[in-house]
Amino acid sequence: MPSRTRGSSTRSAETRSGWLFTAPVIVVLGLFLVLPILVALWVSVSDWTGRGSPLSSSVSFVGAENYRQLLTEDTLTRSDFATSLRNNFYYVLMVVPIQTVLALALALLLNQRRLKGRSFFRTAYYFPSVTSSVAIASVFLFLFAGGGSINALLAFFGIDGPQWFADPRGVLHMALGAVGIGNGPDAPGPEALTSRDFMGLTWWDWLAGPSVAMLTIIFLVIWVSAGGYMLLFLAGLQNISADVYEAAAIDGSSRWRTMRAITVPLLRPTLFTVLTLGLIGTWQVFDQVYVMSKGQPGKTTLTPAFLSYDQSINNGEWGTGTAMSFVLFAIIIGFTAVQTFALRDRDRTPRERRGALGRALRLGNQRNPRAGGMP
Amino acid sequence: MSRMTRRTTAGVAACLTGVLALAACGGGSSFDEGTGTGSTQSAAAGPVTIKFLITSNGPADVKLQQDTVKPWEDKTGNKVEVIAASDRNQQLTQGFAAGSPPDLFFTEASSFPTYAKAGNLLAYGDQLPMKSDFYQGLVSTFTYDGKFYCAPKDFSTLALIINTDLWQQAGLGTGDVPENWSALEDVAKKLTSGKVKGLVIGDTRDRVGAFMKQAGGWIVSPDQTKMTADTPANLAGVKEVQKLLASGSASYPKGVDAGWGGEALGQGKAAMTIEGNWIKGAIKNDYPNLKWQAVELPAGPAAKGTLSFTECYGIAAASKHQAAAIDLVKYLSTEGPAMALAKGLGVMPSIRSAAAAYKGAFPNDAAFIAGAEYAQGPVTVAGMDPVLKDFDTQLQSLPAGDPAAMLARLQKNGEAVLK
Repeated sequence: MPSRTRGSSTRSAETRSGWLFTAPVIVVLGLFLVLPILVALWVSVSDWTGRGSPLSSSVSFVGAENYRQLLTEDTLTRSDFATSLRNNFYYVLMVVPIQTVLALALALLLNQRRLKGRSFFRTAYYFPSVTSSVAIASVFLFLFAGGGSINALLAFFGIDGPQWFADPRGVLHMALGAVGIGNGPDAPGPEALTSRDFMGLTWWDWLAGPSVAMLTIIFLVIWVSAGGYMLLFLAGLQNISADVYEAAAIDGSSRWRTMRAITVPLLRPTLFTVLTLGLIGTWQVFDQVYVMSKGQPGKTTLTPAFLSYDQSINNGEWGTGTAMSFVLFAIIIGFTAVQTFALRDRDRTPRERRGALGRALRLGNQRNPRAGGMP
Repeated sequence: MSRMTRRTTAGVAACLTGVLALAACGGGSSFDEGTGTGSTQSAAAGPVTIKFLITSNGPADVKLQQDTVKPWEDKTGNKVEVIAASDRNQQLTQGFAAGSPPDLFFTEASSFPTYAKAGNLLAYGDQLPMKSDFYQGLVSTFTYDGKFYCAPKDFSTLALIINTDLWQQAGLGTGDVPENWSALEDVAKKLTSGKVKGLVIGDTRDRVGAFMKQAGGWIVSPDQTKMTADTPANLAGVKEVQKLLASGSASYPKGVDAGWGGEALGQGKAAMTIEGNWIKGAIKNDYPNLKWQAVELPAGPAAKGTLSFTECYGIAAASKHQAAAIDLVKYLSTEGPAMALAKGLGVMPSIRSAAAAYKGAFPNDAAFIAGAEYAQGPVTVAGMDPVLKDFDTQLQSLPAGDPAAMLARLQKNGEAVLK
C-alpha cells in the first residue's frame, strides 16, 4: 500500500509521464487540425488568391467582405450555397433519426442474454464502419445503377425502379404533387411559393426534399453508421444494472413501458453522444458526394462541404470557400446547442445539470463505478 | 512501478514524441512565396530536371509521353520527370500555394483563366516561332488579357458518329448523310426502332452548344467580353435539341442507361451519337466489333458548326527552369512529336503544318479535322465555370424545360461575372 508521504513526487512524476504520452497527439492535432483551421479562418477574412503562402505580406485583410458577398449579394454562388444547405438539411433530417433509432433497435436486440452468436452479429453490424467509405461508395454506385441489383430486385416485385443517380426529382415535390399541392416535380410550383425567394432559391425550391439520387447516399450512410452507434448504445445498455429491470418487472410493467420509461431515459447520456456525433457527421458529409455524384444530378446532391472544396480548389475562390465552411461551422454549433437544450435533464437545477453534463461528456458514464468508459 | 521502469518509460515516450514531431514537421514543401514577375529567366547553365505533370488514362499514356520527350532529353542533356496526376487540379493548386508547382503541366481550357488571373502562369506564347502555325481558334482560347499564354498541345472536335451496320439495316446509304437539321431529324427517326434510339446526345453545353453554334450564336462574344447567351440564334439551337428529344428519336445518355454517348453507341442503344476524337480509343478498347464512321455535323440555319476541346502546355510562373520548359514545348509543337502523340492518344495536332500528315495517317478522321476550320472553342473567362455548370444543370431538364428561361438565366449569371 503506497504511503501518503510518497504522494507529491509520485504525483508530479505521473503528471510528467501523462504529458509525455499525450504530447504526440497534441502535436499532431495542433499541426494538422487546429493550425489549418486558424489559417482557413484567416483566409476567409483575407483576399488570398491561391498563389504563395496565405500568411505572406502581399495578402491583405478584408474583414467580413467574403461573408457579406456570400450571404447577401444575389449571385449564383449564393443560390448554390442555399441549394447545398437545403440538400444537407433534408439529408440530416432523414439520416440522424433513422440511424439513431436503428442503432438503438439493434443494440436492444443484441443485448439479450440468450441470443446465440452475439459477437458474430456485433461484428457483422459494425463491419461497414471500419470499411473504407470510398470502397463502399463505389459498390453502391454499381448497386444503384439503372440496370443494377436494386432495380433488378424491385423488378422482381413488379416495381419499375428509377434511374437512381440520374434522377433529380425531389421526393417532397413528388409527395406534395400526389396530394394535389403543386403539379409534381417537373412542373413549376404554386404561384404563392414561387414568387418569393430566400437566398436565391424560391420557397417552392426549398420544399423540394431530398432527391432520388440523394436517397441513395442517405441509404448508404444509414447502413454504415448504424453499426458504429449501435456499439455506443450497447455499452450504455450494459451499464444499466439488472436490478432496475427486476424492480420494473415486479411492479408489473410491460416490455414496451419498461423501454419507454426506464431504458431510454437511462440512456440519455448515450443518446446525447449519438445525436451530437450524428449531427456533426451528417452536416459535414463530403466523401460520398465526392466519389458518387459530385453534386449532380441537377445540384441535388451538392453539400456545403463539397461546395466549399469546389469553390476553393476548382474555382480559385478561396475566400468564398472558407467563408462557406465557417458558416457551416456556425450552423453545426447552432444545431448541437438546440439538441443539448432539448435533451437537458429537467429534474435538476442548472448547477447540478452543468456538473452532470460535464461528467456525462467526459466519459458518457452513469453513476455506476464498475463500468468502464465507452468503447 | 519501480524507479528504473519509470525512467525507461519516460525515455521511450520522449523519443516517440521527438520522432512523431519530426515526421509531422518534415517532408512537406516549403512555405516560400512564388516568384513575382512573369518574365522569363535566362537559360540555366548545365543540365536541369523538369517536372512535367500530365493527365493520363493509364501507364501506356505515361510511357508514350516519356518516349516522346526522350529525343529532346538526349539532344539537350536535360532530364524530364513525367508525373501522372491523380487529381490534376488539386495537385496544381497545392503546388501554386506552396510555391513549388511542376514546371510544365497540362492545363484545361476551363481552369486556364483562373490560373492566369491569379498570376500562376507564365505568358510565353509570343516567344514561340510556331505561333502562326497554330489554329487561330486555339490561340484565342489561350489568350488572356491580350497575352498569348501557353501553346495548345492538341485538340479534338465533335462529329456525328454513325453505327454503319444499323445505318445500312435501316436502308440508308452514303447519300443520306444529313447535311442540315431537317435531314438529321428524318434520319434519326428512321434509325429509331424498338429500344434503339436514332441519336444519343450528351446533356451538357459541350454537346448542345454545337447546335447553338450552327444557328449562328454562342454564349459569349468573339472577344469574350460580352455575354450573348440570350439571343434568338441560341434559342433556335436549344429548341432544335428539345425538338429532337421530344420526338422520341433522340435521347440523353442517362435516358438509355448509358454514361455517355460513346457507351450508348457501343452497346447498341444508339445508332448515332455526337462525340469527339476520344471516341476512337474508347471504341477500340471497349467495343472492338463496332463498325462506325465519323461524318461532319449537319449545318444549322446559319452555317456548319462544331465545338473544339483543347488543353495547353502551361508553364508555372514560379518555375525555376522556365527556359528549358519553353524549349521542350517548342520541341513538342513540331510535326514529329505532335504526330506521335496524336497517334498514341487519338487527338489531333494543334499545328496546321501537321494536318496533311494527320489526314494521311487517319483517312477515316477527315470529318474531325475538317471541323477545325469552323469549330468554336470553349469559353475561357475567369470565374465563368460555375455559371456554365449551372447552365449544364438547366440543360439536363431540357425535354420538359423552358429554353428561353435557361438562356436568360445564363445571360444574367454570366453578366455578373463579366462586369
